[in-house]
Amino acid sequence: MIKLTINSLDVSVEKGTTILEAARFLGFPIPTLCHMEGLSSYGACRLCVVEIGEGPRAKLVSSCTYPAEEGMKVRTASARVLKARKMILELLLASCPQSKTIQDLASAHGIRQQRFKQEYEDCILCGLCVRMCQEQMMAKAIGFRNRGEKRSIGTPFDVKSDICRLCGGCMYICPACQLRCTYNEPQKAICGGCANLTPPCVDKEQFDDMMCYMDPCVACEIKKD
Amino acid sequence: MMQQKDVVSQKVNNHSQDDINPEDILKILDEHSEGMGSLIAVLEDIQIKYGYLPEKALRIVSEKTNRSLVDIYGVATFYKFFSLHPKGKHLICACLGTACHVRGAPRVVAELEQQLSIKAGQTTEDKEFTLETVNCLGACALGPVVVIDGHYFSKVRRSNIKQLLDKAREGFDKVDIGKDERIFPIEVSCVHCKHSFKDEEFSIDGYPSIGLNAAVNGKKGRVRLSSLYGSYNVSTEFEIPQGMVVSFTCPHCNAEISDVSECPDCGAPLISMLVKGGGAVRICSRRGCKNHMLDLV
Ligand code: FES
Ligand code: FES
Repeated sequence: MIKLTINSLDVSVEKGTTILEAARFLGFPIPTLCHMEGLSSYGACRLCVVEIGEGPRAKLVSSCTYPAEEGMKVRTASARVLKARKMILELLLASCPQSKTIQDLASAHGIRQQRFKQEYEDCILCGLCVRMCQEQMMAKAIGFRNRGEKRSIGTPFDVKSDICRLCGGCMYICPACQLRCTYNEPQKAICGGCANLTPPCVDKEQFDDMMCYMDPCVACEIKKD
Repeated sequence: MMQQKDVVSQKVNNHSQDDINPEDILKILDEHSEGMGSLIAVLEDIQIKYGYLPEKALRIVSEKTNRSLVDIYGVATFYKFFSLHPKGKHLICACLGTACHVRGAPRVVAELEQQLSIKAGQTTEDKEFTLETVNCLGACALGPVVVIDGHYFSKVRRSNIKQLLDKAREGFDKVDIGKDERIFPIEVSCVHCKHSFKDEEFSIDGYPSIGLNAAVNGKKGRVRLSSLYGSYNVSTEFEIPQGMVVSFTCPHCNAEISDVSECPDCGAPLISMLVKGGGAVRICSRRGCKNHMLDLV
């Protein structure tokens, strides 16, 4: 067993446990994006940063990949952590402003405005789909290609893979291709509807074809009554 | 030496998708049967053989090694050394690193692109040139640097480019001598009798040549090598087919001038000669193999 303190609470965990698992065991919330139970940790999004160590040697690490160590002191919500997390979210939002998952995370972290140029990428390279395909579907039909700014996910040679069984696992798990409902708001807005329980469909005029992923949906609940 | 190897490897291409022999790929795979760790080595050999990585070859590798194609494709696209498209006969690498950039490399690249009518990263239609850009070749003080077929050109300006391309078409091995600082004359002598091999009567590249007695397949005769270190010009009294291993003897003491070591490239014995001023030079005894090394003391 390894003893460590998380936010000054002592906890002992088994060897090999990650900081994320230990913190969740104690009930400290750490937001994650590229981590999913049942898939190996990959550490791509850095959203799960926590601060370890003390004084000038304190550093930020991604908790989903960092194994707990004896005597470690972890802070999951220090000012530095929150600042870093916010910045990461803002950057993710800039690359994928249309993603519902990222929009929700951003508004939940109090981001009210987008400062960066929006790129409308369709991928944040979190690698969830690659791991899904390989580890759960045992297929390995898609993977990372190229390097640096040309890095992308797809099939070899960009042709339909003969291994792919069209299971759709990659789409199911993708945080970037769940589109947010933009309604008639400007693209640059941060919806925040889910975080502050003001979905756009409640007080704005009826918009029938809106896709909504909220479960349970506040607007629908209100309308029912 | 790396440089020479590059040149050789870039010249052996122009295969099209279809003439890939699965046997060849299997042979390469056999040579690297150490298991999972050898993927890069396998790809390297395929690239050297064909000048690029043909799709069919990658599929064969994936099938035979039980590795998923996407992993292999990922590795092949990750490293800049590998190319999935056939490359031209001549490879032009223009540096766009910071230092070269501020010294006008973008203009040089634009000019190259215009003269070849391709974009960086592409190959001309006639498969003569491939233009690539790199981010620093480590020769920043000489920038803008352009490397053509392993030959470095420093302080390249827009006005030089036409000339460089023409030279590249002709081949550099003929031209450079005399202007290139890496090529310099040496005087060598026999390891056994210490007599000089200098042949005053016969000059190559404007310098007295190195005269040796040679024998291949029972035929004997005089072979004269250029005394310029780095020049491959030779003159032979009789026909020596490419790829033949020649045995050399000293014209003074008739002792065989061979070395215990083997050529790291082709495995033929190396011959060694003493260099005036100290040290020894070793060259490969196979006709056409350009391996040589100079050990100075
Ligand atoms: S969840 Fe840890 S890095 Fe993405
Ligand atoms: S920047 Fe061109 S050689 Fe360094």
